[in-house]
Amino acid sequence: MKNRLRELRAERGWSQQHLGELLEVSRQSINAIEAGRYDPSLPLAFKIAELFDLAIEAVFTSPSRQA
Amino acid sequence: MSKSMARRRYNMAVLGCSAGYAFALFGAVTYFNNHPDARSVTAYAAAIIPALLVTGIFVAIGRYLVEERDEFLRLLMVRQTLVASGFALTVATVWGFLESFGLAPHVEAYWVAVIWFGGLGLGDCVNKLTLSRNA
Repeated sequence: MKNRLRELRAERGWSQQHLGELLEVSRQSINAIEAGRYDPSLPLAFKIAELFDLAIEAVFTSPSRQA
Repeated sequence: MSKSMARRRYNMAVLGCSAGYAFALFGAVTYFNNHPDARSVTAYAAAIIPALLVTGIFVAIGRYLVEERDEFLRLLMVRQTLVASGFALTVATVWGFLESFGLAPHVEAYWVAVIWFGGLGLGDCVNKLTLSRNA
């Protein structure tokens, strides 16, 4: 699933490590989500969206709407 | 993030069980060398304790899966154990048929656990190649 996590993180100047600490997950998890190799669970996706104060659709692109 | 508490507990449990296994196996081999025909309760205990310590590693894996809060790390371990199980069952099944038809020598059943642990290494490689490589 495509997402804007890398872009949002870069805008804030956060490292993957720091974002992982804020979300209470490993750097490996952040890396896998950013690369689109792992789709987070709904609770984690909500947690990510809430951290950036955005709606979930503003962070993750629905697979059915992907070009 | 440094290693999670669940991972640390898992590593400690695996180290503890592995060290205990080495001691128990040494003790069992020594006991049966000195008492080759033993059939007492002590003999059964000496034979079973190393097996229980190997089982302790399976329990540690189960506990890790319950305690790990990071869903991605949990997924990696689940995939690793699935690869290990598939690998060990495949080897055991193929070997079993070969042995039944007299095409392979008899192998003690506990080797399945050894092969399963080898399969964990294989599962780790599969994870690294597919999910956890750096972007």
